[in-house]
Amino acid sequence: MVHLIPDNLSSALASMVAPAKIIAGCTDFFPRLAMGKVPNRIVNVSKVREMVGITKTTPGWRIGGSTTWSEIIQYPFPPAFDGLKAAAREVGSIQIQNTGTIAGNICNASPAADGMPPLLTLNAMVEIQSENNKRLLNLEDFVLGPGKVDLEANELVTAVWIPEPRNNTVSSFQKLGSRKYLVISIAMVAVTLATNSRGVIKFLNIAVGSCSPVARRLASLEEKFTDLNVSELLEHIPLDLADFSVLSPISDVRGTAEYRQAAVLELCQNAIRDAISLTGVKK
Amino acid sequence: MSEQDHFYSGEDIGFTLNNKEVFVTNVQPTERLSESLRERLLIRDIKIGCNAGDCGACSVLVDGEIVCSCLTPTQQVEGQSILTAQGIVSDTELGQKLSHSFQKHGSAQCGICTPGMIVSAYKLLQTEKKPTEEMVKDYLGGVLCRCTGYLKIIDGVMNVDNTDHGGVSGFPSLGVRARHLDGEEKISGRLQYGDDVAPPYALVIKVIRSPYHRAKFHFGDLEEFVTKNSDIETILTHEDIPGVNKFGIFPGFIDQPVFAEQETRFKGEAVAAVVGYPEFFNNFSVKDFPVSWEELQPVLDMENAEQEGVHQILPGKPDNVLCNGIVKRGDYKFGLKNSVFVGEDEFTTSFVEHAYIEPEAGYSYMDGDQVVVHACTQSTYMDLEGLEKVLNLDRTKIRVIPTGVGGGFGSKLDLSVQPYLALASLKTGQAARIAYSRQESFLSTTKRHPAKINIKVGIDGEGLIQGIHFRGKFNTGAYSSWGPAVVSRVPIHATGPYFVPNYQAETKAIITNSTPSGAFRGFGVPQATVALEVLMDKIAMEMGLDPLEFRIKNALVNGVPNGCGQIFASGVGIKPCLEQLRPFWVKEKNKAKELNETQKDNHVVRGVGVASGWYGCGNTALSNPSTIKAGIKADGTVYLNQGAVDIGQGSNTVIPQIFGEALGVTNVSFKLLYADTDITPDAGKTSGSRQTFVSGNAAMLCGLALKKKITRQLNVSEDSHLTIDGSVVHTINEPNEPSLDLATLPQDKDGFVYKAMETYDPPTVSLDSNGQGQPYAQYGYTAQMAVVEVDKKLGKVRVIKVIAAHDVGKAINPMLVEGQVHGGVVQGLGMALMEEFLPGKTDNLHDYLIPTIGDIPEIKTIIVEVPDPEGPYGAKGLGEHVLIPTPPAILNGLYNATGVQIKNIPATPDRVLKALEEAKS
Ligand SMILES: Cc1cc2nc3c(=O)[nH]c(=O)nc-3n(C[C@H](O)[C@H](O)[C@H](O)COP(=O)(O)OP(=O)(O)OC[C@H]3O[C@@H](n4cnc5c(N)ncnc54)[C@H](O)[C@@H]3O)c2cc1C
Ligand code: FES
Ligand code: FES
Repeated sequence: MVHLIPDNLSSALASMVAPAKIIAGCTDFFPRLAMGKVPNRIVNVSKVREMVGITKTTPGWRIGGSTTWSEIIQYPFPPAFDGLKAAAREVGSIQIQNTGTIAGNICNASPAADGMPPLLTLNAMVEIQSENNKRLLNLEDFVLGPGKVDLEANELVTAVWIPEPRNNTVSSFQKLGSRKYLVISIAMVAVTLATNSRGVIKFLNIAVGSCSPVARRLASLEEKFTDLNVSELLEHIPLDLADFSVLSPISDVRGTAEYRQAAVLELCQNAIRDAISLTGVKK
Repeated sequence: MSEQDHFYSGEDIGFTLNNKEVFVTNVQPTERLSESLRERLLIRDIKIGCNAGDCGACSVLVDGEIVCSCLTPTQQVEGQSILTAQGIVSDTELGQKLSHSFQKHGSAQCGICTPGMIVSAYKLLQTEKKPTEEMVKDYLGGVLCRCTGYLKIIDGVMNVDNTDHGGVSGFPSLGVRARHLDGEEKISGRLQYGDDVAPPYALVIKVIRSPYHRAKFHFGDLEEFVTKNSDIETILTHEDIPGVNKFGIFPGFIDQPVFAEQETRFKGEAVAAVVGYPEFFNNFSVKDFPVSWEELQPVLDMENAEQEGVHQILPGKPDNVLCNGIVKRGDYKFGLKNSVFVGEDEFTTSFVEHAYIEPEAGYSYMDGDQVVVHACTQSTYMDLEGLEKVLNLDRTKIRVIPTGVGGGFGSKLDLSVQPYLALASLKTGQAARIAYSRQESFLSTTKRHPAKINIKVGIDGEGLIQGIHFRGKFNTGAYSSWGPAVVSRVPIHATGPYFVPNYQAETKAIITNSTPSGAFRGFGVPQATVALEVLMDKIAMEMGLDPLEFRIKNALVNGVPNGCGQIFASGVGIKPCLEQLRPFWVKEKNKAKELNETQKDNHVVRGVGVASGWYGCGNTALSNPSTIKAGIKADGTVYLNQGAVDIGQGSNTVIPQIFGEALGVTNVSFKLLYADTDITPDAGKTSGSRQTFVSGNAAMLCGLALKKKITRQLNVSEDSHLTIDGSVVHTINEPNEPSLDLATLPQDKDGFVYKAMETYDPPTVSLDSNGQGQPYAQYGYTAQMAVVEVDKKLGKVRVIKVIAAHDVGKAINPMLVEGQVHGGVVQGLGMALMEEFLPGKTDNLHDYLIPTIGDIPEIKTIIVEVPDPEGPYGAKGLGEHVLIPTPPAILNGLYNATGVQIKNIPATPDRVLKALEEAKS
């Protein structure tokens, strides 16, 4: 049994000899360890320097896979990232935010991962590397189901890419839980809204978590709103339940399926209203 | 740094710990920092409440950032700097200030969460000198506290710069806001809890438990399993029990096996225990244990248990009914017939978990032929009696010493780890330890009884209660535990603190294949109070009565019989409690109305609810004496052997306060000795809100007796005021001011010159077949008001404010009274809105939600003092009263806000929304 803590990417990739267990913030890893078998080879990517931190490049933003939620909260992102930051602030507690990472959240592939909806609305992509390959995948295509991601045994998620959002993009994140801190979402909604200077909607991206095996964008609803102006958008509220048909909420200890259905509608409306107010456009 | 790869092979890891360089050798690849600190470096102020990031008790600073040490691999902190609460408090100025502030504000009750709170608060105050309340909540939000309701922790953090430290010398006097006498020990992280006592070499005990609600099982070759694993010392099963394989609380109800034989009756029931060297458990999975299971059809709910043809769960209980209770006065049918309005409803409540932050743990060893058991317990002598029978040992061969107790609330009254510890040490002759995992604690220790209650209340034209008929069924799980206590307490209390001329209450405890239900703050009375008080509001609404005035009108008063026919000439304090609420009631109702009207289209509405409660202190119609012993040595030091176990509620402070008042000697130096079955007499169990009342009386009598010996020697009157200077006792305001040098008096072998030991047993009269008699020598009273906001679209309920009036007879220590109220109210809030234990589903602190620091209301405590003739200096018990009216007050606030009553608690958002939808259609 070994626990490797490489500090650079090439040694991290070199150590990915199957079967290896990747760990980063360990906030999902340790709670599960109690139940499962102890892995033989542990590759700890929390200190890989190419995987830590946030950089802005021409095509967009690169958030290293091992970047923690606290780092995301503190980073001076443009307003389009406010939803992501809000989600980060809602992850567990300060303790969890200080160690939990963005790649860990995605790769853990929980239906209730708070990072997923905002990242989906930002059209995030996942940078995946192995010793001899590098690929970029849409986040939507990467997470396949609860606990399931499109990752080979020798691959690492090295970063999350977010294309540079257009000017005048704002975002909102609404989490519903049964208590204030340390709570897994019953449901959550992220909205990213871009308008032009006349208040015409260029796009309104909406994603919902905890209501399907993997968080989902609501494409049909989004289409309805493109090219409307903000006040026309408000006329669509209350939204129609039919627009949420891609979701398949289940009943569990956190809430019933019917409740989730009703709550999502409400959260979605709140998120849209919140985003509109952030645009500063008069309604 | 070189460009070379840095691979830490996982051998020796060095880091800075509280400003000292340390090394941990041979670190295991999945070793958690918490383990390394606690077991390798013996830094045990890191507490393990969950091992999963959910409680924050293990928080430390790593390079200045707060993290859970249970989620941090030790290998990862190579070269980093780690600060724990101990280091912060002893080495930093800010830490010192925080420690003082926490003591001054009573921020630590049981103290198990305190290290995590200190670490978080320290980080916050480093970042922000004058934090807002919101910031305090954000920083402390990752640490759960089950005792304080968080408010006094927030006070402690926000007032850290207030440096007047008070300072106590001698016994703190009666009625003052004295700090906890054991506060410093807790805040500095020095107090040892259940898992902090054992040396790292002790054998470890791991219990093998049933994975099914009900199953037959067969062991494989246990001998072979031991021989094959050299690190296993032994295995324990029912065959190793020298005495009877049963424990329990009440004679006739001793039915829970230490280890199941043939069949398990609930998920999590023990069948065996592996006792081995610590290393063995690094790679041990319970699945490797040679046992095969055959799952059997369980009975999980009460309806099912009572059906005909269903299997019998416990021998001797063919209909799965454990026992019944009844109280009958007048003729309820006549009362209901004589009413102009009869309200009727049905209520259900859930299993509620105590969720103290410290899971059960302990340590044992052999001292010659005596087995010594250290464990977190609420009752040393009950442990002793239970062990005597299981071990078939004379009680002199067993010694029980409680460790620090990280919360109890009733569940640490029952035996849990104690028999495993004693059996392991007796069988192996070696020291042994055990600490339940959070899941084990959830699965195997007692819960609050789920209840199904049907209640009818009849009111006459004057708005007076004419009759009540109450029927309650309580799911007592697979074994008796405190089921009989619930069944007998509930009918006594289900009248509420009201005058009810015609009354009948019938209760039944139903056996199911669930975790045993036991004692939890209020023994079923909170469940019964939900039913009565929520129905009272519906009646008030339908009859157009003001809910508060309706209650005041019906309130019990001196000279009027309660449901058991018991009449008190003085001390009945419910009316003053309700009347104290009046101005707040009017103000909050108006404010809510105004808010709701001005924000008409808002979906968040506000409401105000009220509920009363009462609770008999001590055992129900049974003798329950406490004995307190004290002595004074030749050097003038007073020793007080105070055996009332302090589980955070404060008996280590309140009992000395009472004793000190009785002794009446100022400026004395004193030493407190706590529970220990070898040296301290039995002060009974910490339960039934009895310690302040019963042990308090014993302490008062003991103080008076000791003083009498001194004043007799001085030849002055018994109520003279005395002071002590070194070994010399002086009298004040006496002619000639005689004095006495204790050093000149004869001493016993322990150096005492005077000793006293006194016992108090509350006078009760047993109940007849109609439940008539005098079940308790004293009751405490309370009325609480809750202001709540309901989001009608999401079904979310937020409690804004609770105003809690409590008649405590005499507040021995007002700060501790407030602490109890805060903690009880917040537990009540959890019970009302979020807490539901589903066996096998919500068995961890991730899925079973208790209130966090972000969920608490503002709480105003109103202390009412209607002296009780039986109480020490008039004092009444409080520990359970604090939670009893909270759930119905909140539910009534919700009703007032929305017109919807939730009768199936907890009122989770989905249930509330559903009820709102149904009300619409
Ligand atoms: C108390 C508590 C509260 C929590 N609250 C929330 C919450 O409110 N919202 C929420 O969304 N989550 C929550 N979580 C879950 C968790 O904290 C987050 O999902 C976190 O972001 C996981 O990151 P990590 O670095 O700790 O993951 P790890 O535990 O280190 O890893 C998680 C999984 O991802 C894999 N992995 C990690 N990094 C990589 C990589 N670079 N490439 C490939 N695979 C990788 C691991 O193999 C593992 O399977 C909570 C957890 C705890 C313990
Ligand atoms: S023990 Fe680490 S968070 Fe509970
Ligand atoms: S004082 Fe916080 S858990 Fe007991």
